[in-house]
Amino acid sequence: MYATSYHRASSVEEAVKLKSANEEGKYLSGGMTLIATMKQRLAAPSDLIDLRHISTLRGISIDGRKVTIGAATPHADVAASRELAAICPAICKLAGHIGDPHVRHMGTIGGSIANNDPAADYPAGLLGLGATIVTDRRSIPADDFFIGLFETALEEGEMVTSVTFNAPEKAGYAKFNNPASRFAMTGVFVAKTAGGVRVAVTGAGSSGVFRHPGFEQALGSNWSADALSNVAVDASNLMADMHANAEYRANLVKVMAKRAVASAG
Amino acid sequence: MGVEGIGARVTRKEDKRFLTGKGRYTDDMTVPGMKYAYFVRSPYAHAKIRNIDATAAKAMPGVIDVLDGKQLQADGIGNLICGWMIHSKDGTPMKMGAWHPLAVDTVRYVGDAIAIVVADSSGEARDAAEAVVVDYEQLPAVVEAVAALASGAPQIHPEAPGNLIFDWQIGEPDAVDKAIATAAHVTEIEILNNRLSPNPMEPRATLGIYDTAEDHYTCYTTSQNPHVARLVMSAFYNVAPENKLRVIAPDVGGGFGSKIYIYPEEIICLWASKKTGVPVKWTSDRTEAFLTDAHGRDHVSKVKMAFDANNRITALKVDTIANLGAYMSLFSSAVPTYLYATLLSGQYDIPAIHANVRTVYTNTVPVDAYRGAGRPEATYLLERTMETAARELGVSPAELRRANFIRTFPHQTPVIMNYDAGDYEASLNAAMQAADWAGFAARRSQSEAKGKKRGIGMSCYIEACGIAPSAAVGSLGAGVGLWESAEVRVNAVGTIEVLTGSHSHGQGHETTFAQLVAGRLGVPIESINIVHGDTDKVQMGMGTYGSRSGAVGMSAVVKALDKVEAKAKKIAAHLMEASEEDIVIENGELKVAGTDKSVPWFQVALASYTAHNLPSGMEPGLKETAFYDPSNFTFPAGCYIAEVEIDPDTGETDIVQFVAADDFGNIINPMIVEGQVHGGIAQGIGQALLESVQYDENGQLLTASYMDYAMPRADDLPSFKLSHQNTPCPGNPLGIKGCGEAGAIGSPPALINAITDAIGHNKLTMPATPMKVWQALHPAH
Repeated sequence: MYATSYHRASSVEEAVKLKSANEEGKYLSGGMTLIATMKQRLAAPSDLIDLRHISTLRGISIDGRKVTIGAATPHADVAASRELAAICPAICKLAGHIGDPHVRHMGTIGGSIANNDPAADYPAGLLGLGATIVTDRRSIPADDFFIGLFETALEEGEMVTSVTFNAPEKAGYAKFNNPASRFAMTGVFVAKTAGGVRVAVTGAGSSGVFRHPGFEQALGSNWSADALSNVAVDASNLMADMHANAEYRANLVKVMAKRAVASAG
Repeated sequence: MGVEGIGARVTRKEDKRFLTGKGRYTDDMTVPGMKYAYFVRSPYAHAKIRNIDATAAKAMPGVIDVLDGKQLQADGIGNLICGWMIHSKDGTPMKMGAWHPLAVDTVRYVGDAIAIVVADSSGEARDAAEAVVVDYEQLPAVVEAVAALASGAPQIHPEAPGNLIFDWQIGEPDAVDKAIATAAHVTEIEILNNRLSPNPMEPRATLGIYDTAEDHYTCYTTSQNPHVARLVMSAFYNVAPENKLRVIAPDVGGGFGSKIYIYPEEIICLWASKKTGVPVKWTSDRTEAFLTDAHGRDHVSKVKMAFDANNRITALKVDTIANLGAYMSLFSSAVPTYLYATLLSGQYDIPAIHANVRTVYTNTVPVDAYRGAGRPEATYLLERTMETAARELGVSPAELRRANFIRTFPHQTPVIMNYDAGDYEASLNAAMQAADWAGFAARRSQSEAKGKKRGIGMSCYIEACGIAPSAAVGSLGAGVGLWESAEVRVNAVGTIEVLTGSHSHGQGHETTFAQLVAGRLGVPIESINIVHGDTDKVQMGMGTYGSRSGAVGMSAVVKALDKVEAKAKKIAAHLMEASEEDIVIENGELKVAGTDKSVPWFQVALASYTAHNLPSGMEPGLKETAFYDPSNFTFPAGCYIAEVEIDPDTGETDIVQFVAADDFGNIINPMIVEGQVHGGIAQGIGQALLESVQYDENGQLLTASYMDYAMPRADDLPSFKLSHQNTPCPGNPLGIKGCGEAGAIGSPPALINAITDAIGHNKLTMPATPMKVWQALHPAH
């Protein structure tokens, strides 16, 4: 790791100020990817501005069916929230299967989505739920937030502060682990929302998380795993690597989608 | 047996320090003035070095020096060697290319060391290493062994035309060909044995300390055999004479073979310490470990097995190509020859065997012994072939094996080995009963009803352990003898130190060796210390690998104990005015048999050191040394059964049960043996289902971290059902066969036999990842 300066911000304002004062600095919100990358000397931010200790960024609040999760809330808190599980168990299950216990206690929802790893779980969850990503500047619908591989709509210095969504009527998440990294080799989040059925796929797309209109249409008219049996999954835009080729991932997309529907609660 | 003697489940004496973080590993060693090393390594798999410019690096903060291969060579440090000479079938010696500890003009794999940077901190050393400018001329690379033999392949070493190191054979080609030509049935199969990275928990590390005043070197290192390291560094690499070089392997966190070898880093850090005048420490990081620790296996084989009309095997023909990587590592030549082809008879009475082995250079990490070393390759090949033959012949896999088992001992195989004892059917029966083999059909129906595919597979393995009779291995080309030494040092108060040339890096010697002594003398286990891993403390020894510490190392302790006991009895007889022949040792006392006369152990020890009243002419003291050279290998054997359930939608394999029935001969500590079997099976499951070293076509290592190299984790493994059968080894005093490698040897074929049984055909290679299994079930993909 190259030398860096660590700052522990205590407010959003302080964090934004620190970031603008240090052009080569980076926000740190768990560091589950960033720290590992720095250790490999593949990233060298001059300054790290830690957001995890900003109290206003932590916690889950529920107002009726409206859910707000602070950006610095660790995965373990989301996994363990009984209030959230009562209205959207799928997102708790998703959070409870990210990485290992260490990752779940350090990693945060804001850190995960700002990084937008193409095999991360939260992008599928938030895209599937039709969530809104709130930043220090604006609100961005999930459909517009996740742009590509490790790429989001966030502008330079912009910080995720929370995510909000309305609890769906039903939702489910199923993922197939990469045998080595245990990231999602394919993960599918399905949700029956007020605005219709949404299906989001992570781990498989060659440009990151994506929605599957064919599945959404089929489930919109018949919410059952069987409804997906005859819907084709196009392998041409799927990722291929040493662990899985595109055809296998296409198969997993369908199998995981069916399992997500079958397990939806 | 007593609660602390042979056969007792004594909890491990060494675990307190390991579990409380008090272990002392090489990287924990700190000495005054110590500095840190970082190695400049090749980013290319094959390139000429045109120039190395360290000017900028030397000027960087904290940098003490940057040293390269030309300087190393100029100081007379020798090349790394392979210590086992193999001759090709045409009589020519193996063609060993030069392995400079620091590359001089050519790099041959990604990770090949080029220069060492010594600096005040490891960070500064690494910064400076990045500033070393190396001018490379890239050359074409080849990573697959078969491709490296093809005409027009890149030439890796000038000494080995066509990249062929040797073309060796064993057995009777004519007899085998004749048997195949007249066989009632011939099973043919191609076998791939995947390439693995050993992944001990502790990465390699070394600390080189040069003492100017004494012209003396100390080397702390992560070694399984510190004496061999000293011998090789002295005799072949010209680092220092043995009396000027102390090698210490303190606590070592796992080896699995990969820490047998002398690597460039130990040599270079010692040399660099003299050059720079400061102690130099290097600790590998995990990616560096993937890039530089010797890999294991990587065989491609073609097999023919011939049967007569009664399903008796009449011949076995094997043609193997083994990838040895970019350089010949210390024992690399022995692994695919005498540790492999000599086990191709398995548990079966095979009248004729012929194996041809070609070893090949490629632009990859050197390949050497990894847990099992040759024997997993032989077992996987043989047991996949037996299973395939049973399917082709329409007989049950168990019956085909039973029909061919060796049943009388000693048994001379056609490939050198002389099996001394065994009861293969006992293990087969125990395993089948534990697995409820008879109930499998019903379980398969239940799985089918759930839409799952179920399969069962077995593997009957044999291995040669207790490595090894020195004269025998010497005649086969080994550069060293493979005996072991022990010194039993009784202190004046009766406590005991046992100095062993074996080395413990996870095996629990500090417990099992102490159990042997406690049981023999009836003294408390707390009064016994095991000393190992330091060439200044312990007499010459050969270290730990090849499941040899029990069978060979403890046999040396037995021999030393025999001498100690004989002297103690003489002293006791003198003290009690009894006849030496009447003295027995029981519960920490020396007694006159049939009387109530006794003298406590400590008093005999004290008497030996006060020397006030010893038998006339006896030397004072109670300390004896012994060297034990085994008369034969030992032959652990057993039967493993795996039962799997496969999800046809994803190809995921669930191991629903795993049974191991092992014959290790006599067992010192069943708890430790079970731990060894558990760990071995976990590594075997890793090989069968998860692990695979992958290079791209340019020789870049794709699996250089745990993000891409899949290690088995707890939830990948079922609860194992273990049992032990026992035909004591007649060749050593304790009847021990060894248990360290069996799990890794026996398990891969059982698993692949089970998976291929479930999917209904044989087109599957290790590791059987979910994608490969899914593809095998859906051949259109």
